Amino acid sequence: MSRARLGPWLAIALGALYFLVPLIGTFEFSLRMRRGEYSFDAYWIVLSDPRFQATFGYSTVLALATIVVGVLLVVPTAYWIQLRLPRLRPVVEFITLLPLVIPAIVLVFGYLRIYNSSSLLPMTSSQRATDVLLMCSYVTLALPYMYRAVDTGLRAIDVRTLTEAAESLGASWFTILFRVIFPNVRVAILSGAFLTFAIVIGEFTMASLLDRPAFGPYLQLMGANRAYEPSALAIIAFIVTWACMGLIQVFGRGARQAAR
Amino acid sequence: MTTQSRVETHPTPAATLQLGRMSWSWLGVAPFFLFALMFLILPTGFLVVGGFQDADGNFTLDNIARLFRPNILSAYWISLEISAASALGGAVIGFFLAYAVVLGGLPRWLRPTLMTFCGVASNFAGIPLAFAFLATLGRTGLVTVLLVQYFGFNIYSTGFNLLSFWGLALTYLYFQIPLMVLILTPALDGLKREWREASAILGATAGQYWRYVALPVLWPSLLGTTLLLFANSFGAVATAYGLTGSSLNIVTILLYAQIRGDVLHDQNLGYALALGMILITGLSNGAYIWLGTRSQRWLR
Amino acid sequence: MAFLEIEKVRKVFAQSTAVEKFDLAVEHGEFVSFLGPSGCGKTTILRMVAGFETPTSGAIRINGQDVIGLRPNQRHVGMVFQSYALFPNMTVADNVAFGLKVAKRPASEIGPRVEKMLHLIKLPQLAGRYPYQLSGGQQQRVALARALAIEPQLLLLDEPLSALDAKIRVSLREEIRNVQRELGITTIYVTHDQEEALSMSDRIVVMSEGRVEQVGTPFEVYNYPRTRFVASFVGTLNILKGRVTDSANGTLAVDDQEIVTARGIPNARAGELRSVALRPEAVSLSDAGAEGNRMRGTIEEVSFLGSVVRIRVRFREHAISLDTFNSPGKSPPRRGEPVTVSFARDDLRVLEGAEA
Repeated sequence: MSRARLGPWLAIALGALYFLVPLIGTFEFSLRMRRGEYSFDAYWIVLSDPRFQATFGYSTVLALATIVVGVLLVVPTAYWIQLRLPRLRPVVEFITLLPLVIPAIVLVFGYLRIYNSSSLLPMTSSQRATDVLLMCSYVTLALPYMYRAVDTGLRAIDVRTLTEAAESLGASWFTILFRVIFPNVRVAILSGAFLTFAIVIGEFTMASLLDRPAFGPYLQLMGANRAYEPSALAIIAFIVTWACMGLIQVFGRGARQAAR
Repeated sequence: MTTQSRVETHPTPAATLQLGRMSWSWLGVAPFFLFALMFLILPTGFLVVGGFQDADGNFTLDNIARLFRPNILSAYWISLEISAASALGGAVIGFFLAYAVVLGGLPRWLRPTLMTFCGVASNFAGIPLAFAFLATLGRTGLVTVLLVQYFGFNIYSTGFNLLSFWGLALTYLYFQIPLMVLILTPALDGLKREWREASAILGATAGQYWRYVALPVLWPSLLGTTLLLFANSFGAVATAYGLTGSSLNIVTILLYAQIRGDVLHDQNLGYALALGMILITGLSNGAYIWLGTRSQRWLR
Repeated sequence: MAFLEIEKVRKVFAQSTAVEKFDLAVEHGEFVSFLGPSGCGKTTILRMVAGFETPTSGAIRINGQDVIGLRPNQRHVGMVFQSYALFPNMTVADNVAFGLKVAKRPASEIGPRVEKMLHLIKLPQLAGRYPYQLSGGQQQRVALARALAIEPQLLLLDEPLSALDAKIRVSLREEIRNVQRELGITTIYVTHDQEEALSMSDRIVVMSEGRVEQVGTPFEVYNYPRTRFVASFVGTLNILKGRVTDSANGTLAVDDQEIVTARGIPNARAGELRSVALRPEAVSLSDAGAEGNRMRGTIEEVSFLGSVVRIRVRFREHAISLDTFNSPGKSPPRRGEPVTVSFARDDLRVLEGAEA
């Protein structure tokens, strides 16, 4: 059935316009640093700024820590829920939806109230402790995505049969988890990991309120004081996000090939 | 009793060790629940309870009352308006984009491209997004300048200002539209081709098909996702902060300032603000989930 | 002039030709099946009659009117889909009423018509239910009622029973045929199940790879298959390949045993290989008269199919299947037993084409 395609094409064209123009505009703006001609000056300045390197590095380390803790938390849970405690599934799924329902700013407000220096668990008493708190905040933010990715991955590999096969061969639960389950959900974990990375790198609210030297607050600071560098930073941030998403696709495709 | 054991009925070899195994399983999920307790349930509960307490810990409805002061009420109102505007805008535009790639008969490669882009764009919120829009539609932004240069038309002369209600709503669309597209595309996939064909062979036009079959089937998803977008926008801080600093009077900025101690540090008011936010986003998301289960039932 | 005329229709897609030079004339009230394996083009032709595909060349006329220029919603044709395609947001009654509603018939007309249709399919009590509350068989019956409610000039069914359980398929088959007879509506039925085609149709069109292999009544197609494809697709068939010893008398040597056909083997020289076909029901486990053929072999497999017992007898390289009726008084033969089978000369059909 061939129909007039004007409508759909128009929608796509306008959509492309709306989404691409800001990117083009930002890129163009970032090249304007040197008077009268286009140059990458803004980028050089940004990339050689020690504060950029420090905060980007900090956020990267934090992202990696978040991923590790997140995976260690989510994978066993998803595994046991699927295998032995299916009745708890609705509860767990509800919990993984909470970070999407409760805004981040509310959560971090709660942390500051509960875990401040005068409470039972003073997580804001020292810089290190606050780092840990920030990491936990990030794990919370990434929880919905991480859980859904791993849960889907586990469902695709028929956990029950694999576990029974391993058990009948005499494996302990530790072996099963780390030698059998983890490798098979590697791709799901990777896609959750990249998404987490993208979320953590750009995060502002929690880092700023917990007063940690992360990339988000650094971005905001630059925006308040400089003219051209913020655009360069925005382009860099966009490239990083795109890279993360792209890698998810790449690994995802690889897995689909393997599964065939 | 038999129904009770149906869930665990899998005949594992060590059935006698069932009890032992059960406690191992509970241990396995304990860290998760402990984490959820510490970082989700307790903080939220603490704030909710705190909203009903005064500085000495006694029960009071004072904080709730103070929410109704003019400037706070107006903050809520502006937040609701921006959220509604960006949610509706995102929903409508997102719907047409999703429709275009799924049912519009466009080249195959457009869909994965759009999906990937939406995945990126929905995460591109926050400070960088604010920068991008400033660089494009700010006073010296590319589009502003080009429009002056080639059309002699200065958008700022019409009273448009990026650092305002409409500017923020426009910026929010950048992650609202992709979110709508990402969620709606599978829903549109669910519209079986046979329904379209069956309706055609029974004599219906395209319009009648949409009116009697497609939209009724889709409306829970459409409405639900719009509510999701609404909640998403209501809770957003970073983009607004990046764009307007603390100048725009919306709830999240207000709360941010409260927490930072930028204004008269009144923590119980902060609790009340948070309580209001939880209520609104909770209801919105709750409706989204409920509508989701409703449409599942039909499309079994 | 036939009621439905499909003339020299061809359909070419980007990668392949789905339908080649299809010609068919269907009389008013006739029930015609398109039978063939997946990908043979039967569904493509149906969709062209419905209007969902446009022929690359050729003409389609319904009741004298050229329909190729008409859109599906203008053709006044009824269609039943394999996946039922009931509208999930509407009750059974609303589904059945849909065609009438979009045609803007008055409510006073719609109500009685829907009721009449529901009685036709014997499900009036389900009027208020939703599709997800119905079984597959019930959904398909509702789909049939929905298609017939608008009093279409033609009824098209695209493998309507494929998604259903075996028992339901059999009962629904009868019901569809009864409804069709009662209404006298011209019907095209697409299926890959030869039992369905044989039991329901006035005529069968056997197709393979976009081409028509044979058109005929069920009796003709089954008993007088014209090509090897038809012979092997419709019903079970034994095929024996042997070396011609005397083409005039029609003798063949199969696994060192000699068999004779009734009318010789045309266009064959001695020493050449030829294939003959033999229906299982033509073979019997006994000695025939002097005029018949006899072969000695060993029982290889005995399959108890209920009322019929299917026995496979192996010679050397060849094995044939034969059917006997189940007889409670007599136990079936056992595997490994030596046995003699016999069949008449008339029952051997020489197949066209030399086989390698």
